[in-house]
Amino acid sequence: MEIVMALVIGFLYAAALYMMLRRSIVKLVIGLVLLSNAANLLIFTAAGLVRGAPPLIYPGDLVPPGVSADPLAQALILTAIVIGFGVLAFAVVLIHRAYEVVGADDMDKMKDTDT
Amino acid sequence: MNMHSLILRTAGNFLLPLLLLFSVFLLLRGHDEPGGGFIAGLVAAGAIVLYVFSMDIASARRLLRVDPRDLLGAGMVIAVLSGAPAAFLGQPYFTAQWWEFGLPGGGELKLSTVLIFDIGVYLVVVGAVLTIILNLAEAED
Amino acid sequence: MSAYMNALVALPVILPLLAGALSLAFWRSSAAQKLLGVFGTLALLVVSVHLLFETWEHDHIVMHMGSWHAPFGIVLVSDMLAAIMVVLTGIIGLATAVYSLSDIGTRHERFGYYPLFHLLLAGVNGAFLTGDIFNLYVWFEVMLVASFALLILGGERAQMEGAIKYVTLNLVSSMLFLTAIGLLYGLTGTLNMADIAVRLAEVEDTGLVTVIAMLFMVSFGIKAAAFPFFFWLPASYHTPKVAVSALFAGMLTKVGVYALYRVFTLIFNQDVDYTHEILLWIAMLTMLTGVLGAAAQFEFRRILSFHIISQIGYMILGLALFTPLAIVGGVFYIMHHIIVKANLFLISGLTYQLKGSHELRELGGLYRSHPMLAVLFMVPALSLAGLPPLSGFFAKFIIIRAGIEVEAWLAVAVALVVGLLTLYSMVKIWNEVFWKAQPAGFGQTPTPVRPLFWMWPPIVGLALMTVMIGLYGQPIFEMAELSAEQLLDTSRYIEAVLGADYVESLQEMRR
Repeated sequence: MEIVMALVIGFLYAAALYMMLRRSIVKLVIGLVLLSNAANLLIFTAAGLVRGAPPLIYPGDLVPPGVSADPLAQALILTAIVIGFGVLAFAVVLIHRAYEVVGADDMDKMKDTDT
Repeated sequence: MNMHSLILRTAGNFLLPLLLLFSVFLLLRGHDEPGGGFIAGLVAAGAIVLYVFSMDIASARRLLRVDPRDLLGAGMVIAVLSGAPAAFLGQPYFTAQWWEFGLPGGGELKLSTVLIFDIGVYLVVVGAVLTIILNLAEAED
Repeated sequence: MSAYMNALVALPVILPLLAGALSLAFWRSSAAQKLLGVFGTLALLVVSVHLLFETWEHDHIVMHMGSWHAPFGIVLVSDMLAAIMVVLTGIIGLATAVYSLSDIGTRHERFGYYPLFHLLLAGVNGAFLTGDIFNLYVWFEVMLVASFALLILGGERAQMEGAIKYVTLNLVSSMLFLTAIGLLYGLTGTLNMADIAVRLAEVEDTGLVTVIAMLFMVSFGIKAAAFPFFFWLPASYHTPKVAVSALFAGMLTKVGVYALYRVFTLIFNQDVDYTHEILLWIAMLTMLTGVLGAAAQFEFRRILSFHIISQIGYMILGLALFTPLAIVGGVFYIMHHIIVKANLFLISGLTYQLKGSHELRELGGLYRSHPMLAVLFMVPALSLAGLPPLSGFFAKFIIIRAGIEVEAWLAVAVALVVGLLTLYSMVKIWNEVFWKAQPAGFGQTPTPVRPLFWMWPPIVGLALMTVMIGLYGQPIFEMAELSAEQLLDTSRYIEAVLGADYVESLQEMRR
């Protein structure tokens, strides 16, 4: 299962970078979305994949029985998703405003401040 | 932004109170079970956005009565201050404080600073999402 | 740790958050926001200075957020480096808040300048104080979101174009950071930085550790605008309001440098020959490209932006040499640089208000009309170039001396040459803006949005600080010395965070 996940994550990173290298700023934002999803999946996989074993501690016990999924990694991903949500909402507003001001969905038309 | 759809408008009128109630339910349930301020705030904001789609922005703003930015500010203040009681009791900031009350009829009401924090988060999420979406929608018109 | 100390560590984060929340709640009232801006940052400065003295006395002050103890909960840790950085945030925060009284018009205020300003300060302080690597990511994002919004406040075309590059590269950096955290967590099973440091020592697969170290280096390298990841900085830093530029120039890239210092002293100290050799080359190339880029520019704020990059090189050089003296020099350099660079940006804003341009060829004659301002410019400019007896001289002197001690001749040569070229740049600005006569057809004073009075106190104050650091450098040097000592002796940090018992039991388990 880890191998499949690794391939999926690798593909997501590749797709994200490909999208970000396009000239369109809309595709740039799509690339950023893919990138954050790839990173989240990577945390999920790196923390260890455990199937059907929720980390529940039964009354009277101190630790969950047997091997269980790691709740911390999921908490991290949840936090990262929330942050990603906020940042991407901003990015969408930004490209919308940039499109209005520049009048084009094209990075090559946005080189005025470059050096 | 208005869809001019009779079906959506009729359904929207029914769904709005239902969704808002559901968001409060999620907010209160969030401490031990799935739910919480963030997701409840998203549901509430979603309800208002649905209203924007079925009616229009002006009536959504009327419905809200307050500017979303006020919700954002109030929520931030509540969330930050919810950590303060612990500091006055000599514990590290954000240490949870619990209060239990007996209810008439034998039940028990448990309140905590965690809930206050969650209410703050709820307001921040509603305020932030609506500020962004209403501004974007108004820019479109 | 007493309750009072506990509160003290959290206050540098809580105060700006509270001030931001209140100014958001009073977003209709311009006066209330201004008051909150000035007095909020003033309170922050007072609290952080107090924290610095307490840290000086107690070595490390640790607070377990919400009483969840390390390594399970999030801790806030104040060691000398963190406390120094928090004080600098307070200084720059207060300076820009006062400056904003004159610089920021009603339009910007209505779009949330002050709440974002406080949020940025909270994010910066959170990043300095946290002892948890994932929490560091969260504070980075808080800081970034606030800086994104501040950057486009006003909505001019140049701002949008700059912001797209700024946002993209910083988000890529954040995602690399997140990826690295994920891998590190997979390897060690913990997020507490002290705990990671303990556990990484047991990891056998050192190759993987180095890979993760490289991911951190690239990610923080982007944030710190080090070579070859600096392109977002000169594309965006000259576009927003000057008060915002100054705040960014002073604090933001330094958070990246701080993260490098923290991570590459505490966590990744296994393969120093490899990682710090790379840092050394990054440092040298950053210094050179930055200063050469500045030489090619003829716009006041763009020149200053490129100089941020070259100065970042010096700070990374201190870390790369990795001797006690070099780290002292690096920390000293950070302190000197934040004050001087923010001041130069503030001065560029005042010249703009007086002459209506940032282009060197359109400026001139300011020495004749405003000799006081010319003197005030000379102080930070010469300090930046490293002339005695100003703060920059001692900062450069310590680093170069450390370089000579380990016989890193190439790095020493680069540092000296870059110092000369910095002087060239500063003299260029001096000649063009202050010395030469006002070119005909330019120099119309724009109608300022506000009276310019409040621009002067921050400029004068920061210039005085530069002089004071130069003349009475001893306490500053001692602070830097103590912070270097703490950074290199990681066991003190680890024991302060985790407690001696925990560390001992871990060592038992290893046996």
